[in-house]
Amino acid sequence: MTLIQKLLAGAGVAGVVFAVAGPAQAAKLAISCGAVGQELTLCKEGVTAWSEKTGNEVDVISTPNSSTERLAVYQQMLASGSSDVDIFQIDVIWPGILGNHFIDLNDYMADEAKAHFKPIIENNTVDGRLVAMPWFTDAGVLYYRKDLLDKYGEKVPQTWEEMTKTAQKIEEAERKDGNEKMWGYVFQGRAYEGLTCNAVEWVASYGGGTIVEPNGDISINNDKAKQAIATAAGWIGTISPDGVLGYDEEGARGVFQSGNSVFMRNWPYAWALANSADSPVKGKVGVAPLPKGEDDGQSAAALGGWQLSVSKYSKNPELAADLVKYLTSYDEQKRRAIKGSYNPTVADLYKDKDVLAANPFFGDLYETFTHAVPRPSTVTSTNYNKVSADFWQAVHATLSGTQTAEQALPALEHKLKRTRRSGW
Amino acid sequence: MNAKARKYLRKLAFWLLVAVIVLFAVFPFYYAILTSFETGSALFDVNYLPESFSLINYVSVFKGQPFGHNIFNSIFVSFLVVALSLLLGVTASYALARVKFAGRGLLLVTILSVSMFPQVAVLSGMFELIRGLGLYNSMFGLAISYMMLTLPFTVWVLTAFMRDLPRELEEAAVMDGATPWIVIRRVFLPVMWPAMVTTGLLAFIAAWNEFLFALTFTLTDDKRTVPVAIALISGASQHEMPWGNIMAASVIVTLPLIVLVLIFQRRIVSGLTAGAVKG
Amino acid sequence: MAHASSLTRSRRRSAWIFLIPMLVILAAVAGWPLLRTFYFGFTDANLSDLSTYKFIGIENFYAVYDGEAYGLLTDPEWWQAVWNTLFFSVISVSLETALGMVVALVLNQNFRGRGLVRAAVLIPWAIPTIVSARMWNWMLHDQFGIINDMLMKLGILSAPIAWTASPDWARSAVILVDVWKTTPFMALLILAALQMLPGDCYEAARVDGIHPVRVFFKVTLPLIKPAVMVAVIFRALDALRVFDVIYVLTPNNPQTTTMSVYARQQLVDFQEVGYGSAASTLLFVVIAFCIMAYIMVGRVRLDEGGH
Repeated sequence: MTLIQKLLAGAGVAGVVFAVAGPAQAAKLAISCGAVGQELTLCKEGVTAWSEKTGNEVDVISTPNSSTERLAVYQQMLASGSSDVDIFQIDVIWPGILGNHFIDLNDYMADEAKAHFKPIIENNTVDGRLVAMPWFTDAGVLYYRKDLLDKYGEKVPQTWEEMTKTAQKIEEAERKDGNEKMWGYVFQGRAYEGLTCNAVEWVASYGGGTIVEPNGDISINNDKAKQAIATAAGWIGTISPDGVLGYDEEGARGVFQSGNSVFMRNWPYAWALANSADSPVKGKVGVAPLPKGEDDGQSAAALGGWQLSVSKYSKNPELAADLVKYLTSYDEQKRRAIKGSYNPTVADLYKDKDVLAANPFFGDLYETFTHAVPRPSTVTSTNYNKVSADFWQAVHATLSGTQTAEQALPALEHKLKRTRRSGW
Repeated sequence: MNAKARKYLRKLAFWLLVAVIVLFAVFPFYYAILTSFETGSALFDVNYLPESFSLINYVSVFKGQPFGHNIFNSIFVSFLVVALSLLLGVTASYALARVKFAGRGLLLVTILSVSMFPQVAVLSGMFELIRGLGLYNSMFGLAISYMMLTLPFTVWVLTAFMRDLPRELEEAAVMDGATPWIVIRRVFLPVMWPAMVTTGLLAFIAAWNEFLFALTFTLTDDKRTVPVAIALISGASQHEMPWGNIMAASVIVTLPLIVLVLIFQRRIVSGLTAGAVKG
Repeated sequence: MAHASSLTRSRRRSAWIFLIPMLVILAAVAGWPLLRTFYFGFTDANLSDLSTYKFIGIENFYAVYDGEAYGLLTDPEWWQAVWNTLFFSVISVSLETALGMVVALVLNQNFRGRGLVRAAVLIPWAIPTIVSARMWNWMLHDQFGIINDMLMKLGILSAPIAWTASPDWARSAVILVDVWKTTPFMALLILAALQMLPGDCYEAARVDGIHPVRVFFKVTLPLIKPAVMVAVIFRALDALRVFDVIYVLTPNNPQTTTMSVYARQQLVDFQEVGYGSAASTLLFVVIAFCIMAYIMVGRVRLDEGGH
C-alpha cells in the first residue's frame, strides 16, 4: 500500500480503496521454507522481492532440516486446521500424504504449470487437483573419479554390470598400490527413504517397474526387480563397504570426498561440495546419468525435490497462491539456479545461457531430470510411507544377506497387499 | 608390601579410576569441540588433537539465526520448569511421604503412570490443549507441557528422600504447633538440599534438552529453544549436514549447564553430612 | 493408630491442600492427551482427516478378514519390538546402575578437583540427545569414525566395523551410547542419596575396623536402597520408551526397532492415529506390567512413613 492509500484507509474510505486496489489489500502471510542456511536465505530474498512488489507482509518460518521431522510438524499443524502457516514447502513424496489439506492450484496457475516438467506436475496432481507447484527438483546421479578412470583406461560405465567390473578392477589395483581404504561404489544403504530412492532406481533401470504402478497394481514381485536387487546385494563387501548399509547422503559423500571411492550415487548437491577449495577430490570428479540395467535397460533417476502448496485453512488463499506463482516462476527459479544451484523445474531454464554458465552439468543431465522416476507416492496416497518402509526393509534385508531377493519380494508383495486391503 | 606402599597403590588406583571416568564422559565432548573448529573436508579426517583453529562456525551460528534469543528462551523455560516442579514437588511429596492417609500408594502409582506413555503418543492431544489455552508459540505453553515430563519424576524422588528422614526431625516442630507449611520450610528444606538440587538439575536438563514438544509447540524463530534451533541449522541444501556449525552450537549450549553444575555443586555437598541434623 | 486425632485430621487436610495443585496440573496436562490417545486406540482415526473417524472396537488389536488375522496382537514385528525393548532396557539399566554406583562412590570421596570432575561427569547428560545421537553416529562411522580408528590403532581391531549397519553391532552401539549418556543421571541420584546419609553409622563402623567393602554392602547399600530403587524405576521408564538413539544409530529394521519407534512410525510416518494409539496403549500396558513387577519384586515402598 502506498502512503496515500494508507491515508485514505485511515480516513474511512477503505471500501473505495479496496475496490480500486483489488487484491493489494495488505495482509500478513506465513511461508514455511527451508531450514536455516543458504536455503532459507534464498527463500527470504525471493519472498522479500514479492512483498516489496505487492506491499504484503510475509513471515518466513523455518522448519527442521530432517524431512521426517518436518513432515511431523506439518501434519500436526494441518490436522488441527491451524491457519498459522499459509504456504508449505513439501517434499515430492508428500502430495499424496498431505494433499487433502491443500487447495487446488489449477484455479490459479493452470497455464503456468504447463511450463514445468510433466512428471512432476503429474506427481503433484491428486484426484485431478494440483495440490503443489514444483519449486526445485532433484534426481539421483552417478559421480565418478575422472582421474582414476583415465589412469586405468576405463570409460564411464553405461550399465550396472560395467560399473561393477570397473569398480572392482580399480579398487583392487588401488589397494595393491597401498591405498588400503579404497572402495568401488558408495550409495545410500541405510534403511530409510534414501534407500527407497536408490532401490527404485535399480529396479526401474532393469525395467522392473516402480513397486506400485500408477494404476494401483503391486508390481514389485517380478524377475527384473529380483535381478536388480540381487545385483545390488552382490556389491556389499566387494565393491561397497559393509558400512554402506548405514550410510545416508552425507555418509556416502564423506567416503567419496575423502578420495576413498571410485563411484558414488548421490543428489546433485554433492557436486559443489566435492569441488570446494579444500576437497581432496577437487577437479577430479565427473557426473553422469546412473547406469542402465544390462544393455536393454534404461537409466533411471529417482525424482526428488520440493514443491510449494497453499493450505486450505489459509485466511488469504488468493494472496498465498500469488506468492507461490511468483516463487515458482521462470525468473525466480533462474535466480535460485544461478545463486544456489537449485535445479529448476521449468524446462526452458535448462537452455538458458546464464543458468548453464553457472551450472555446466545441468545441460548434460537434462534428460535425467526430465525422465526422473517418481516413487509411487501419489497412487499410494496416505499409505506411501508404509509402502516405502516395507520396501526399504525388504531391500535392506536382502543387501545385508539375511534374505535373498527371491524370498524378500514375494513376502513384500504379500505385505503390500495387506496394506492395500481397503484400497490405497 | 608395607602399609605405605599399599596406601600409594590405593591412591594410584583411585586416580586411575577418576581418569577413566572423566575420559569416557568427556571424550565425545572434546571431539565435538575439536570438530567445531574445523571446516569443509577436514571433518572427514580423523584427528585427536586440534589441527586447525577457526571460529567461523561459532560466528555463523549466531549470524544465521537469533541464537542468543534461543539460548535465552531455553534458560527461561528451564528455570520456570524447575521452579514449578520443585514447588509442586516438595509440597506434594511432603504430603505423600510424611502424612498417612488412605490411597497413598495408589496415588503414587497413578502419578507414575503418566510417565508410561511415549511422548509422541500424547503429542497431538497436547497440541490441541496448548492451542486451546492460547499458549501456542509461547514459552509458558512449553513450560506447562514440560510439567508432564518432570512432575512425576520430581514427586517420586523427593518422596523417596523425604520418607527416609528421621521422624524426630519434625516432631519437635509439630509439638510446638507449627503448620505443615512452616515444617516444610524450616525443617525439611534445609536438609533436603542435596535431593532438591539434584532433582532440580535433572529437571533443568530435561527441559533444556527437550525437542519434540519444543518443535511442535513453537512456530517462529524468536520463540524456538536451543535443541530446535540446532535441528534447524542446515547447509546449502537439504542433504548437506553442516557438522561444524552443529557442533559449535552444541558446545555453546553445553557450557551454561557446566557453569550451573559448578555453581550448585556446593549445595549438593551440603545437607545432612554437613551436620545440619543429627539423625 | 486406632483413632485419628484432631491433629492427624488437620495434617491430612493440609496434605490434600498440598497435593491438589500438583494433581490438578498433572491432570490438566497429562489427563486429556492420555485419555484421548487411549480412546483413539479403539477408532480408525487417520491424521489426514482427524474430524471423521469411527469406533471400531478392538480391531486395531485383533481382527480377522478373509481368514487372515490383522491387528497389533498378531503382528510379529510388534512382538519383536517388545522383545528388543526389554533386551535393551534390562542390559542398559543394569549397566547404568552399576556404573552410576561406582561414579557416585568416587564423587562422594573428598579429593582435589572434585567439583570439576562432577561437572565433567555430567556433560554427557547435558548434551541434547538429538545432537549426541548424531555425534555418535559420526564417531561410529565405519570409514572415518574415530572409534574404529582408535580401536585399530590400539590393535584391538584388524578391520573397521560397520557399527550402525548390522543389527548385532547396532545393538551394542546403542547400549554403549545409552550408558554413556545416562550413567550421569544414576550417578547424580545415587550421590544425592549418599550425601543424605547420616554420618554417625560410618563412625561406628570405622571405629570397629570393618573393611570398607563390607561397610558398603552392610550399611551403605541398605540405606540408599530406596533412592536407588526409585532412580532405577525412572531410568527404566525412559529406557522402555527409548526412541532417539535407536532411530539414529540402528538400521531401523524389525530386528532393532523398539516399541516407541514402532508407535511413532504408525502415528507419524504412517498417519495411522488409530493403530498408533493402540500401539501406544499396549506399550503403556507392557511398561506398567514391567514396573509393577519390579515394584513387587523389589519391594519398593509405596505406603510407609509418616505418622
